[in-house]
Amino acid sequence: MDTASFIIQQLINALFLGSIFALIALGYTMVYGIIELINFAHGELFTAGAFIGIIVLAALQKTGFVESHFVITLILVFGMAMAYVAVLGVAIEHVAYKPLRRASRLAAILSALGMSIFLSNGMMLSQGVSDRAYPSILGIEGFSILDARITYGQVFIIVLSLLLMVALQMFVNWTKLGKAMRATAQNQTMARMLGIDIDKTIRVTFMIGPALGAAAGVMVGLYYGSVRFDMGFIYMIKAFAAAILGGIGSIPGAVLGGMIIGGVEVLWSAFLPSEWKDVTTFVVLILVLYLRPSGILGEHVSETRV
Amino acid sequence: MASEQPILKLEDVHTYYGNIHALKGVSCAIPSGDIACLIGANGAGKSTTLLTIFGVQRAAEGKILYKGREIHHLRPEQVAALGVSQTPEGRQIFPRMTTLENLEMGAFLRGDKVAVAEDMEWVFSLFPVLQERTRQLGGTLSGGEQQMLAIGRALMSRPELLLLDEPSLGLAPKLVEKIFETILEISKSGVTIFLVEQNAHMALSISNTGYVMETGRIVLTDKASDLLQNEKVKKAYLGE
Ligand SMILES: Nc1ncnc2c1ncn2[C@@H]1O[C@H](COP(=O)(O)OP(=O)(O)O)[C@@H](O)[C@H]1O
Ligand SMILES: [Mg+2]
Repeated sequence: MDTASFIIQQLINALFLGSIFALIALGYTMVYGIIELINFAHGELFTAGAFIGIIVLAALQKTGFVESHFVITLILVFGMAMAYVAVLGVAIEHVAYKPLRRASRLAAILSALGMSIFLSNGMMLSQGVSDRAYPSILGIEGFSILDARITYGQVFIIVLSLLLMVALQMFVNWTKLGKAMRATAQNQTMARMLGIDIDKTIRVTFMIGPALGAAAGVMVGLYYGSVRFDMGFIYMIKAFAAAILGGIGSIPGAVLGGMIIGGVEVLWSAFLPSEWKDVTTFVVLILVLYLRPSGILGEHVSETRV
Repeated sequence: MASEQPILKLEDVHTYYGNIHALKGVSCAIPSGDIACLIGANGAGKSTTLLTIFGVQRAAEGKILYKGREIHHLRPEQVAALGVSQTPEGRQIFPRMTTLENLEMGAFLRGDKVAVAEDMEWVFSLFPVLQERTRQLGGTLSGGEQQMLAIGRALMSRPELLLLDEPSLGLAPKLVEKIFETILEISKSGVTIFLVEQNAHMALSISNTGYVMETGRIVLTDKASDLLQNEKVKKAYLGE
C-alpha cells in the first residue's frame, strides 16, 4: 500500500473510532455540565444499547424483514436502542441521583458506582457472560480510494455519528428546551428564578446523553460483530478521558476529545505494538491536563463561577 | 392607596442558613405600583429577604403574601410564574450564553412571540448598548453591561413585581445615575419595584417607602422623603 492510501485508510479508521468515543463522551459531558456528576453508569448504558440492538435485530431477522426493508431495519434498531436507553437513563436519574441532589458529592458518586455495578450484573444475568455475535447486516461491501478499502458500513457509521452530533448542537443552540438546558447548566438558581423547570431539563439531559451512548453501542456491535456485558468498560474509560480532555461540561470539547483519543489510538496502532494502544489515551490525557488543567475547551473554574 | 391590598406582604418572616438566623421576623407591605427600598449595612439580611420572597431560601416561619396569596411554600419557578422577577445579587448572567439568549431566557415562560419581541425592543430602548452586544457572550460583558442585561432580562418576563438587589453596586457614578433613571422609567410603566441598596441616598430619593434593616430585622419604616431627613438614618447610612 502506498503512503497516500495508507493515510486515507488510517484517517477513516480514526474518524470511525473518534466518532464512537465522541458520542459516548457527550453523555458524560452533558450530565456533568448540568448536575456536576460523573455518571459512572454511562458505560453500562452504552452496552445496554448494544444489547437492545441485538435483540431487535435478531427478532427482525427471523421474519426476513431485514432483507426486505433494510433502511427501516436500521431505523428500528437504532431507534429502539436509543429510546429504551433514554428511558433507562431517566429512570436511573430518578432513582439514583435525584434523591441525592442536595446530599454530599460523595454520596452521589457512590450511588453512580452502585448503579453501574447493578446494571452490569443485570446484563450479565440476562444476557450471559460470553460474547454474543451481532448479526452482520452491514456486510463487507465497499469501495476503494487508491488502495484504501472503505466499507459502506464504516461510511454509514461515520455519517450517522456526525448527523447525531449536528442534531445535538442544533437542539441545544436553537430550541427553547435546549437553551433552557444550557441555562440550567450555567446557573441553576437563576434558571429557576426565570421559571425554568430544572427537573425537566435534567431529565431531558438524562435522555439525550444515554441515547447517544446507546447509538454508539449499536455501532460498535454492528461493526465489530459481537457484544459482551462488560464491553462498556474500556469504552467508558476512553470516552471519559475524551470528555475530560476536551473540557468536561463542553459539548464541542467532548467531540474534539473523542476525535483526538480516537486519532491517537489509530496512529499508535498503525506504527507501534497495538497491545499498548490503550495506554496512549492516558499519556495524551496526562500531557494535555498538565498543559491545560481544565481541558482543551474547558472553562477555568473562576470563569464558570462569575 | 391605604385601603388597597398590598401586592407584596411579609409577616414575621424568619430565615436560617443552617444555624445562622439571618432574618429574625421581617414584616413589610408594599403597595401596588410603589417603589419601595430596603437599605441597610452589609450583612443585614437584605439579599436574604429577596431570596426568601422568591423561594430560593425557605422561610422557616412567617408568611409571604403576593396579591393576598400565600407564596412562602412555593418554589422559585412557581414564584416566577406569578409575575415576579428578580435581578439577584451578583447579576447572575448566564456567562456562556449571548446577550440575546440571556434576554430570551427572561421570557422563558411566555409564548406570545410578538409581545416578547415588543418587550425586547423596549429593553433595547432602555439600554441601547445591549442592542450592540446581542451576539456577545454574557460572561464577556463589562460589569455595567451585565447589570443592564440583568435588569433587561428581568423585564423580559413582563413582571408585575420587580425585585432589584443592589443594581448600583460597583458601577461608575454616571452609570449609577442612568440605572436609577431607568428604574423610575420602569416604575412609570406600571411595575412595582422593591429595591435593595447600600447606596441609601440614591435609593431613598427615588422611592416612596423606605425600610431600614439591621441584623435581620426591619428597625425603621417610613416615607422615603422622611427617612432622608431622619437624623439616625443620616448618620448611619447617608454619611452626613
Ligand atoms: N449562603 C449563605 N450561607 C450562610 N450564611 C449566609 C449565606 N448568605 C448570607 N449569609 C449570612 O446571612 C446574613 C445576611 O446576609 P445577606 O442577606 O447577604 O445580607 P445583605 O444582602 O444585607 O448584605 C449575613 O450574616 C450573612 O453572612
Ligand atoms: Mg446583599
